[in-house]
Amino acid sequence: MARMTETIDRKTPAGEMVLSLRGISKSFGAVSALTDIDLDVHAGEVVALVGDNGAGKSTLVKTLAGVHQPTAGTITFRGQPVTMTDPSAALNLGIATVFQDLALCENLDVVANIFLGRELKPMQLDETAMEVRSWTLLNELSARIPSVRIPIASLSGGQRQTVAIARSLLLEPKLILLDEPTAALGVAQTAEVLNLIERVRDRGLAVIMISHNMEDVRAVADRIVVLRLGRNNGVFYPDATNQELVGAITGAVDNSVTRREDRRHAEQQLSEGGQP
Amino acid sequence: MTGNVKDNAFPATMLDRSDERLKHEAGIGGAVRAFIDRVRSGDLGSLPVVVGLALIWTVFASLNPIFLSSNNLVNLLFDCSTVGVIALGIVCVLMVGEIDLSVGSISGFASAIVGTLWVNQGWPVVLAILAAVAVGGLIGSLYALLYNRLGMPSFVATLSGLLAVLGMQLYILGSTGSINLPYGSAMVNFGQMLVMPRLLAHILAVVPGVVMLWTGVRTISRRREANLSAPSLGSIVLRAAATTLVLEIIVLYLNQDRGIPWMFGLFVGLVMLMNYALTRTQWGRSMTAVGGNREAARRAGINVRRIYASAFVLCSMLAALGGVLSASRLASASQQAGTGDVNLNAIAAAVIGGTSLFGGRGNAYSALLGIIVIQSIANGLTLLDLSSSLRYMITGGVLAIAVIVDSLARRSRVSHGRA
Repeated sequence: MARMTETIDRKTPAGEMVLSLRGISKSFGAVSALTDIDLDVHAGEVVALVGDNGAGKSTLVKTLAGVHQPTAGTITFRGQPVTMTDPSAALNLGIATVFQDLALCENLDVVANIFLGRELKPMQLDETAMEVRSWTLLNELSARIPSVRIPIASLSGGQRQTVAIARSLLLEPKLILLDEPTAALGVAQTAEVLNLIERVRDRGLAVIMISHNMEDVRAVADRIVVLRLGRNNGVFYPDATNQELVGAITGAVDNSVTRREDRRHAEQQLSEGGQP
Repeated sequence: MTGNVKDNAFPATMLDRSDERLKHEAGIGGAVRAFIDRVRSGDLGSLPVVVGLALIWTVFASLNPIFLSSNNLVNLLFDCSTVGVIALGIVCVLMVGEIDLSVGSISGFASAIVGTLWVNQGWPVVLAILAAVAVGGLIGSLYALLYNRLGMPSFVATLSGLLAVLGMQLYILGSTGSINLPYGSAMVNFGQMLVMPRLLAHILAVVPGVVMLWTGVRTISRRREANLSAPSLGSIVLRAAATTLVLEIIVLYLNQDRGIPWMFGLFVGLVMLMNYALTRTQWGRSMTAVGGNREAARRAGINVRRIYASAFVLCSMLAALGGVLSASRLASASQQAGTGDVNLNAIAAAVIGGTSLFGGRGNAYSALLGIIVIQSIANGLTLLDLSSSLRYMITGGVLAIAVIVDSLARRSRVSHGRA
């Protein structure tokens, strides 16, 4: 914690404030899923939301996506206090969400999925314009999709994630919420998606990303917000050690990860000490 | 960053051809190779039903040459049109992954309504037909209500509908049991005799080719403008010419007898309209999406309930229209109308034609191809003077083969990475 206060003002985010939460609480009956959450996200910034199971990450994302309504607290989006009654309200404000299960139609091709529900010229679909726009979106992300005229069923997990992210960009949102974007992916595909997240950020969008994988989080996040039992439990920067992160996530300073880390440090110091 | 380097290296590549991993074929030979490739990976399209039809026709023609006479084929087209319209409605509900088992009863009920209102009550025939189709729509919206609001599976809702609607049909026909429609009236003539003038049939047979050519040329120019790859002009001209040639030969052959029935023209017109609606409109895209992944469609902002409702209503309305057509074909509205094998023939036609029972895959032409297969079997066995027992068994076998081909093709598609 001491280290955290030291470094909190080290990086001043470049972009304007996109989203600011103050005192957000959400309870389901007697259970408080979220208590007094504060969170700021700026344009051109990737904020990672980490925490153990049941820490409230998904509840927080669903609150931002308009699926849940907070019981207390204020959400300020681009300087305006907002209330989101349903998912389409969030979408119209400029908050796009990519859920963990992606929600793509496997029997439709890439273009049809990107434009699903928002087709151009409803009575005589403008396939050419839709295909061009799809390629533009994918190329802006430097995405590697061989063809946009093949069904989603023939794409790999990483490519599907790419299509889902490209679709969320169609309405030109200001903030993108990614729920476990790398959870089901292999090494190369994970790297591809992490590149993608950086490119989305470089376009000046704010990104909130939920992840369990500390390596992925440290690879792309500008700030790491830890939740524990529905409360803020510290803000870290990518150079934080695994030990610090795991400690904040679990609330314990002593566990197998920290023990091993300690052992390694001790061995290192020993070997360094051994060579004059 | 690698993307930028690549873009600079190949500034002239087309938008959709910049990925070096993608195989693409050019020209007419390429189109043929791509087709073979598609079939080998299990994306069969209409191929099995066309092959099956050729097989069935060869067998029947060798057993009885009358089968392929133009007179018999014209009769075949008359018979196809009634159940074919019902099958077109089944394609709609199958697209969203649901089923309507009551189409037979609805068609019988519709014919009873027309008989009662027109013959017994003296309504104008057009009003009576509209009333029958409207009642069909009402039944469909009831199914939609049961499905959307009360979560009743369409299988059960329409199964109870099958009985209830059959009851209503028997009720309004009353004790007489059947109503004869007057011979010589326009409606009965439409179902039994009216054919297109020869010249008009030839002109109409050119229309699909011209439309293909026109839309093809327009697509080419628009895609070239947008820096996308475009199909070659040659392959489009070839396809349009082949289509026109086949249609003209069919018209020429059938014109040796009476000609193309207007009723079949109505059926084909409806099929083409449905094909456009399913492939080129937002509604059709939503239907496919709901059939493929309902939750994804809902999250994309599609009003899923409205899509289901449109499918059920359209299916019931087409079933009612099919009932009206079969009443005009038989010149009567009887207690037997719509019973027996009408239900299963309509569903089997859609499935044999290539529409998946599991939703999200299919097209309007499957109703046309499937019903021609089923009616060919019925017609051929009648010509051979074989009983309906054999007809049921053979139709059942063909349906089983169609479903087996579909599931094998699906397995192959999955392993070849096609949806």
